Amino acid sequence: MPRSLSKIMCRKEGSNILKFNGSESSFHQLLIDNYPSFFLAPSSEGEQGRTPLSVPHGTTVLALKFQGGVIVAGDRRATEGYSIAERRIEKVHAVDETSVMAIAGAAGPCMEMVRLLRVELEHYEKIEGIKLSMEGKASKLASMIKMNMPMAMQGLVVMPLFAGFDAKRNCCRIYKYDVAGGQYEEAEYYAIGSGGRDARGSMKKIFKKDLSHDEAIGVALEALYDAAEADVATGGPDWVRGIFPIVKVITEEGIETVSDPVLKEKLSDLIVQQGE
Amino acid sequence: MATPYYVSPEQMMQDKAEYAKKGIAKGRSIIALEYNDGILLVADNPSSLNKISEVYDRIAFAGAGRYSEFENLRKSGIRHADMKGFLYSRDDVNAKSLVNAYSQALGTVFSQETKPVEVEVLVVSVGLCNDPNEIYRVSFDGSIFDEKGFTVIGGKSDALLTKLKDRYAASPISGASLKEAVLSCVAVIGEVNGQKINDDGLEVATLSRSGSGRVFRRLPQSELAGYLIS
Repeated sequence: MPRSLSKIMCRKEGSNILKFNGSESSFHQLLIDNYPSFFLAPSSEGEQGRTPLSVPHGTTVLALKFQGGVIVAGDRRATEGYSIAERRIEKVHAVDETSVMAIAGAAGPCMEMVRLLRVELEHYEKIEGIKLSMEGKASKLASMIKMNMPMAMQGLVVMPLFAGFDAKRNCCRIYKYDVAGGQYEEAEYYAIGSGGRDARGSMKKIFKKDLSHDEAIGVALEALYDAAEADVATGGPDWVRGIFPIVKVITEEGIETVSDPVLKEKLSDLIVQQGE
Repeated sequence: MATPYYVSPEQMMQDKAEYAKKGIAKGRSIIALEYNDGILLVADNPSSLNKISEVYDRIAFAGAGRYSEFENLRKSGIRHADMKGFLYSRDDVNAKSLVNAYSQALGTVFSQETKPVEVEVLVVSVGLCNDPNEIYRVSFDGSIFDEKGFTVIGGKSDALLTKLKDRYAASPISGASLKEAVLSCVAVIGEVNGQKINDDGLEVATLSRSGSGRVFRRLPQSELAGYLIS
């Protein structure tokens, strides 16, 4: 049994009875209160001037809007310095039924933040009996990234793209972040990670407003393909091992992961096209 | 100088128990009933404040008695479950450990505080694959009852329990469909209350065995109305 489960059972009792601070629905806050050591950054003494910690890093992920939804996609490579750490890493994760977090940066802390955000949203929904709004989810993620600053200073950067369906406004939204927890909304498309610049350049040329579902998947694949051609840390489609990007489509109905056979066919067409 | 007076421990416990029972008896009841695909929870609850809640993937909670008290227990239970699932794994969250935590908390309050809590709590969970369903009832003093098939908490629990027992004396209950189970609950609540129950006076939810992930589902009013009409 975790150390302070009994403590959790008695939370908000006694002297705290009249302290309404609005944080009682947050799992993140519960974790901070009960397990502060969970958020400790590795000691920074004597770290100055040293190379950043050598851990796997995720590379290119992107999000773009289309008619009726948003697509979030990412390549499958993680690198550790000059070597490939992972060929099949998944960097696009559903955090609830209608929102997705795509990660770039230090893979371990990124995955942990995905896990934490997932529990945070579920926890809020169960405690309050109602789902957190899209903006609420995005700003909660911003505060988590801000809390990660000490880790980021030592090279353990968490840099997500957050996208999903906003039920209140009946539209899809894309958010990007900076290391300090800054949150910025994107109107059409965005890409981050080492190949993010290349993917953005690619999308700038081929993105159009109100793309169809199929066209938008094509644009996402082409941008990732271009990024993989220009950036060593971004993995292209691996035909021998059968490894293809992860592409998720978010609409009002929920999240759909595009299957490998579909991706394979679209990528083959793309390569023929580019060769011409 | 006021003379200190003596109250025997037996007397004190008896008074506390009586106080708690009285408080609970004022409220309405909640039924938990197994059906062919899981567990059904039906609360005689016309208000919009919930008495039934999701706790974890396959675990649900229901509370009867004083709202502020069981709402606190509900939230604590969700915290317990989410924390355990986050620190270990989702597979490691189970009803038994939650029920034990409730029992400890209620037992401690009953023996140490002046005012006992006036609540009765239900924790139900549906098993994965061949694991059986679990229905636990925790009373105001922390005692745990491991129930089979069905149970009732709240004000009219004794009367409802007798009706349910009569109804299911002959046939096994776990074979009933969701609709049949809902209708039985509505019928017994109606009989005990002495009036017909409408869909807007009920709070109904299920835990489905065949589902995966979070299997708790509230039955929308429309679905409930459909069952009650046909």
